[in-house]
Amino acid sequence: MLKDITIGQYIARDSIIHALDARIKIMITTILIIALFTIDTFMGFGLFTAFVLGVILLSKISIKKVLKGLKPILILVLFTLFIHIFLTNGGEVLWSWKFISIESEGVYIGFFMVSRIFILILFTSLLTLTTSPLQLTDGIEYILSPLKRFGVPASELSMMMTIALRFIPTLLEEADKIMKAQQARGADFESGNLIQRAKSLIPLLVPLFISAFRRADDLALAMESRCYRGGEGRTRLHELEYKYYDFVALGMIIILAAAVSFY
Amino acid sequence: MLIELINVSHVYQDENNVKALKNINLEINKGEFIGIVGHTGSGKSTLVQLFNGLIIPSSGTVKINGKNITNEKSNLKETRRHVGLVFQYPEHQLFEETVYQDIAFGPKNLGLNKDEIQARVNEVMELVGLDYDEFKARSPFNLSGGQQRKVAIAGVLALKPDVLVLDEPSAGLDPQGRKQLAELLQYLYQELEMTIILISHRMEEIAELSSRVIVMHQGEIVIDDNPVEVFSKEQKLHKLSLDLPQITEILHRLDERGLKVNTSLFSVSEASAEIIKALRSK
Amino acid sequence: MSLIEISGVDFLYQNENSNRPALQNINLQIEAGDFAVIIGSNGSGKSTLAKLLNVLLTPSTGEIFVDGLNTNNPDNTWKIRQKVGMVFQNPDNQLVASMVEDDVAFGPENLGIPSQEIRQRVDKSLEMVGMSGFQKFAPHKLSGGQKQRVAIAGVIAMEPDCIVLDEPTAMLDPQGRKEVMETVEYLNKEKGITVVHITHFMEEAVDADKVIVMNQGEILHKGTPKTIFRLVKQLKEINLDIPVAVEVAEYLRQENINIPDILSIDELVEALC
Ligand SMILES: Nc1ncnc2c1ncn2[C@@H]1O[C@H](COP(=O)(O)OP(=O)(O)OP(=O)(O)O)[C@@H](O)[C@H]1O
Ligand SMILES: Nc1ncnc2c1ncn2[C@@H]1O[C@H](COP(=O)(O)OP(=O)(O)OP(=O)(O)O)[C@@H](O)[C@H]1O
Ligand SMILES: [Mg+2]
Ligand SMILES: [Mg+2]
Repeated sequence: MLKDITIGQYIARDSIIHALDARIKIMITTILIIALFTIDTFMGFGLFTAFVLGVILLSKISIKKVLKGLKPILILVLFTLFIHIFLTNGGEVLWSWKFISIESEGVYIGFFMVSRIFILILFTSLLTLTTSPLQLTDGIEYILSPLKRFGVPASELSMMMTIALRFIPTLLEEADKIMKAQQARGADFESGNLIQRAKSLIPLLVPLFISAFRRADDLALAMESRCYRGGEGRTRLHELEYKYYDFVALGMIIILAAAVSFY
Repeated sequence: MLIELINVSHVYQDENNVKALKNINLEINKGEFIGIVGHTGSGKSTLVQLFNGLIIPSSGTVKINGKNITNEKSNLKETRRHVGLVFQYPEHQLFEETVYQDIAFGPKNLGLNKDEIQARVNEVMELVGLDYDEFKARSPFNLSGGQQRKVAIAGVLALKPDVLVLDEPSAGLDPQGRKQLAELLQYLYQELEMTIILISHRMEEIAELSSRVIVMHQGEIVIDDNPVEVFSKEQKLHKLSLDLPQITEILHRLDERGLKVNTSLFSVSEASAEIIKALRSK
Repeated sequence: MSLIEISGVDFLYQNENSNRPALQNINLQIEAGDFAVIIGSNGSGKSTLAKLLNVLLTPSTGEIFVDGLNTNNPDNTWKIRQKVGMVFQNPDNQLVASMVEDDVAFGPENLGIPSQEIRQRVDKSLEMVGMSGFQKFAPHKLSGGQKQRVAIAGVIAMEPDCIVLDEPTAMLDPQGRKEVMETVEYLNKEKGITVVHITHFMEEAVDADKVIVMNQGEILHKGTPKTIFRLVKQLKEINLDIPVAVEVAEYLRQENINIPDILSIDELVEALC
């Protein structure tokens, strides 16, 4: 159940998308996300969706796998949709009952918001699916590094991200294990109303946090014993290196983004 | 029949689709002490999670006390109170503020009233050898590793299961902790007549405690017999990359070299006596 | 001078639950190339001693020299940590990165080694621990024994003189334990790396050059495995296991059967037949 979560997962493939420089991919994702919030036509969304599908194909990762990553956010999406449909006023009244009414503006905006969320999540999960966590954090560090002058600890931040990503699967596995152990003692995670279910999760969180802290302690020792002392003077196994196709990709994206935003 | 598996197979549904169990048929009777051994990844943990419905097999039937638990999901809670399961490193799963509350978690879920709960906690703490008054109010996190393990086992015993399943309960314990655990299991088995199912990598433990040994290999049961028989199959066990208990290994080696000894002894003192006898009569 | 020299060391944890020093009057030398094994019951101070060797802790009194460098001098800290690598008990809590090769590279990266050389060191270290070909694997997809060997590779990649292993086999199954011990023995015998190995498994101590027995913060005995495991009664008193073969030999001696000092099953069988 918890294992369905694909956020932060990386799937190694031999594809052009994987080969792109992490910094370029981060920049591209940022540009696309900004562009995403400027569009408000069906045409624009159609174009974006087609583009995302194209990228998925190029990345050689199965569409099913990518879409599976959307599952955990489904509730959030439905919630957004409801809020907009029922609470936004304006346009024609499509349906009404007592004080509730659905108006066309709400449906439009709801649809756009939902599409945005979907595409946004797809973009970011594509970024993590095709970029190894280390390259990703290196990329972020590199992009943030001009801010070091203003006291932003870019290297430390990126190290924290590396570690967080490393431990997501371990913690999920652990959560699974603890859940089973408590079920074996009669705990019930499946029935009852929402509040009861949320309450049954509390005994799950305590051992999970404790073990996370214990891990953090152990890990800090292990890192220190391997001479970790912050970003100062560290070198890299994989130095990031731009190639010609990185710039080609970036150029294409800027044109695409400009095109959809201005029409 | 307490537990019955009929043609059970299980595949974990993920990217690897590992076939963890293949066509298992197994009957476990009341009052047995079963030892399960096998190479890492052979399916031991998967197998025992079938016994209380934590895993519903991909195909086949699991019956507990004659009741089929594979299709009717509703009564799993009832099943779980008959079959208590202690996972590996159970002390990592402690969560309440006091030892008392942690042990009471199971009985509370069973819906017992306050007095009943207290009686049970009292009883199981005595069973595992934790003094009630000394430990009830202490935080489980400030205990030694061995004591934490006892609290965790007490938490499962508090369900009063008919069957107690333990997945590598002695991993990481020091010699004294292991000895105390073995004594506890022996007591539960002999005095309280519980059915015990023990997974362990320590052949010494399995050989000394169990009345029946199941050997798993790549998702299948390859040997199912009494310990004397199982540990006489030295060649076969080695092929499955399993060892004999070390003391039995010594007896086998001496036997091969022509010192006639009874090779089916599992305790060091008995085996030593046997060797002395053999040497004297040479 | 020995590779590691510990003289007159006490250690007291500076917090509330420490009324008794964790270590008292420790004196110990470990020679370059040694395979030293430390045994002792829970809480006897083994891990504390290990952490002192790697400057994760410094002595409250006394001195420790690693290759002539005093651990009390803060200027030496990083040099010593490069010379003495540590491997810990829980394989899940010491791997930093999401990919095996990145994890092995972590140490050399911290040392500021150029990237081509890191590449070579990573591949060489993984080969030494028998994990070539696992470069791109995620740690959570490996077995316990494999994780521990990756952790060892991560230490080897820093080219240390000595590795300190704090119960690296405690959480492993027999197969994983065998893999790890074979790796450690190979590194010691073939590559000349000094090993300090802490364990509860007595079988892992029988091939050592030196066995150190700790109890309640003190070194109770030290010597070759043969001299140590002759002390059957004393070891049992402080709650330690004894190799089975030694125990059998002891039973035989009590019955006045003459048996030379033996440690392993092989030696016992040889002595009896
Ligand atoms: N939750 C899971 N998801 C996917 N595969 C799993 C899961 N649990 C176990 N497996 C796989 O199923 C197989 C059997 O695993 P299982 O844990 O039952 O073995 P085991 O005999 O208990 O091993 P060990 O001695 O290491 O505990 C292994 O190949 C394992 O990788
Ligand atoms: N961080 C700490 N703060 C205070 N006391 C500590 C700390 N770590 C260990 N101790 C205490 O110091 C003593 C020695 O502990 P240490 O961890 O070195 O033992 P050990 O021999 O490694 O035991 P084990 O076999 O359980 O790993 C123990 O009494 C322990 O309780
Ligand atoms: Mg298992
Ligand atoms: Mg320790």
